[in-house]
Amino acid sequence: MTEEPRAVSAWGLLRLRKQLERGLPLAARPYQALAERTGLSEQEVINAIIQWQEQGLIKRFGLVVKHRTLGYTANAMVVWNIPDEQVRAVGNIMAGIPFITLCYQRPRRLPDWPYNLFCMIHGTNRERVLAQLDSLITEHNLQDVKHSVLFSNKAYRQRGGRYVSHD
Amino acid sequence: MSPVEKILINRLQQGLPLVRHPYAAVAEELNLNEQQVLDSIKKLLAEGVLTRFGPMFHAGELGGGLTLAAMRIPDPDFERVAALVNEFDEVAHNYRREHELNMWFVLATETRDAIEKTIAAIEKNTGYPVYNMPKEQEFHVHLHFPV
Repeated sequence: MTEEPRAVSAWGLLRLRKQLERGLPLAARPYQALAERTGLSEQEVINAIIQWQEQGLIKRFGLVVKHRTLGYTANAMVVWNIPDEQVRAVGNIMAGIPFITLCYQRPRRLPDWPYNLFCMIHGTNRERVLAQLDSLITEHNLQDVKHSVLFSNKAYRQRGGRYVSHD
Repeated sequence: MSPVEKILINRLQQGLPLVRHPYAAVAEELNLNEQQVLDSIKKLLAEGVLTRFGPMFHAGELGGGLTLAAMRIPDPDFERVAALVNEFDEVAHNYRREHELNMWFVLATETRDAIEKTIAAIEKNTGYPVYNMPKEQEFHVHLHFPV
């Protein structure tokens, strides 16, 4: 059975986005439940989510863990001063390392902040994170690259939310 | 956490299939039944192990503003300034980190222009400068927290 193609209304998509921000319904047919709430069809809901993923609007679709409650309490932001012409190459290497959970290029703020590549390592203990970092430096010959390790020691706000963010 | 919950957490961090019966599809893949999958997710949400279940929208891509910002706050003033910063709805996360720049927070705003305004307001309210460090390039990692 083919579905009659029709233009999906922008309002329908906006309603869908707002519904999805609350989370996916925990029902056998969650996309059908969303369709009923937004005036779209089940297939339109699925298509919209696929499209948003392809466009990068939705970064992750699934389960969002509170990593601290899972025992990931040693969370280090490791920042590096990489020559600008090498930052893409090094960033791609970092992204392929299993224990690195996020990797971004950000601007330096000289003279106070000379670092332009930011990586997160979420670990279960500090020693292990530092050992992982040591092995990374040795393996990729980063001994001469200035870096700094910023463990977080307190969360002042952690809003369970809709936004992809750093820690 | 039960063995079934662990298996589900590891599997569902990789996403949910976009088929009409997605929970049944995951259940079949893991040799569970659909109701077990649904009940386990509900339980983990209720216990606060999961913050949410569903998509994470990318605020920046939606036309909003998103940035990482840092401040250098003297120890005796840290709690007071943290409270002032957290009064802003735009502050999504705020962490204390071990560095001279010791306060790190993510700002998420509905419009791109609002980032500068929010930073100016935080500087005015706290009396300390804010270092704005927006993303210039993102490298794709495979985000996964095995349990």
